[in-house]
Amino acid sequence: MQHCSPTPSAFCHFDPRTLLLAATGAALCFSLVQSLALAWVCLALALVLAAAGRPPLALLLQRLAVANFFILFLWVTVPFAVPGDSLAAFGPLSVSREGVALSLSVTLKCNSILLCFLTLTADLSLPLIGYSLERLRIPVKLVFLFLFTCRYIYVIGEEWRKLQTAAKLRGFIPSTSLHTYRTLGNMLGLTVINSIDRSQRIYEAMLLRGFNGIFHTVTELKAARSDVLFAVLFFSTLVCLLAADICLKFRNV
Amino acid sequence: MSDDPILALEDIAFGYAGRPALFTGLYFTLRRQEHIGLYGPNGSGKTTLLRLMMGLETPQGGRVLFHGIPVDGQTLHRLRCSIGFVLQNSDDQLFSPTVLEDVAFGPLNLGLKRHEARSRAMETLESMGLAAYADRQTQRLSGGEKKMVSIASVLSMRPEALLLDEPTAFLDDSSRDKILRILQQQDIARIVVSHDKEFLEQSASSLICIASGKI
Repeated sequence: MQHCSPTPSAFCHFDPRTLLLAATGAALCFSLVQSLALAWVCLALALVLAAAGRPPLALLLQRLAVANFFILFLWVTVPFAVPGDSLAAFGPLSVSREGVALSLSVTLKCNSILLCFLTLTADLSLPLIGYSLERLRIPVKLVFLFLFTCRYIYVIGEEWRKLQTAAKLRGFIPSTSLHTYRTLGNMLGLTVINSIDRSQRIYEAMLLRGFNGIFHTVTELKAARSDVLFAVLFFSTLVCLLAADICLKFRNV
Repeated sequence: MSDDPILALEDIAFGYAGRPALFTGLYFTLRRQEHIGLYGPNGSGKTTLLRLMMGLETPQGGRVLFHGIPVDGQTLHRLRCSIGFVLQNSDDQLFSPTVLEDVAFGPLNLGLKRHEARSRAMETLESMGLAAYADRQTQRLSGGEKKMVSIASVLSMRPEALLLDEPTAFLDDSSRDKILRILQQQDIARIVVSHDKEFLEQSASSLICIASGKI
């Protein structure tokens, strides 16, 4: 299966499994880092990766913006909630140094992980991610649950939109009224019932083509020498990062 | 070559729970290279007849024979691997994320190795002029494309008969003509269920009307 998007990134020619493992390894490593200084290093590493990969910038920024919107709530609460040295006070509320450090650390690590994932998996289609996970020995039922969800989420979404259109065509205007809640409840219920019916029909379609409970795929994935080299370099960097974090922790103790 | 029917329904009685019996004492046969067009009013049991043949519904009386052998739990899998059934709604049929995976699904279940299933699928797609669609995601295909890929997904199993339920529903003339051409290229037995009389006349050698549970 070809996995380069129309605007391929520099990582497009790597085996998808290598990219998924690298992204997962980075996420794990970055989340384990406790030093704030090293959290900045994580971000720097992710930025270097993004600069090398050149994923579509607009999409990258859009996704980062969504994630940071939620992180904003963290900044509103954590600096006030974590006890420690006071940096500033607003009436009865005080902003602690530890709270700010914690929020900053979470922000840096979250953005680093996202950047890594979005850069490394920018070229991977959902089916390819699914089949790569299957080759990485992720339980096959989970993989196919993921693939079926990817396949049918559009269809269910389309059915929901059709119901909305049908309601609008009969003068339905949503408002905060019992009629609206009842209508939306009926539409949601119907979508669920349709989905259950559809799942039954899909299962029948699978049986009709000889399905006997075992999923097979024809997707072939091949790791090249460049994959091994990239993986060794990438994971060595992550190990160094973790080692530096442990050293810093012991020095502080 | 023996003229034994591929599929036969003998003295079938069937009705959905809480509704009047749909079929009583129904007989039907499908022989090699026979091209049957089946039509009838809504609710007359056209789709149910196909579902009975494929073992998706269990008759309350009578029996379904596959090459003269009554269909039971053991022969059902063999029947489904030998008879291709194209469903009315392609979104139910095309459940794999990509066209190639979907067309290779059947061959893989037949026990073909990965590379064999892959080449069988590609061969089928090429024969239908769909090779360029191999890596396309199934949910992004148009209605006509979905229908053609649905047919490819059963043809890749090299079936000895093809059952098609409303293959031209919601399709434009161009897609309809493409499907007709594909069917005319196949010399295997087939039953086409449709409301489109013109399509049936072009795709079938004999027309059968089903109404009030009778053929």
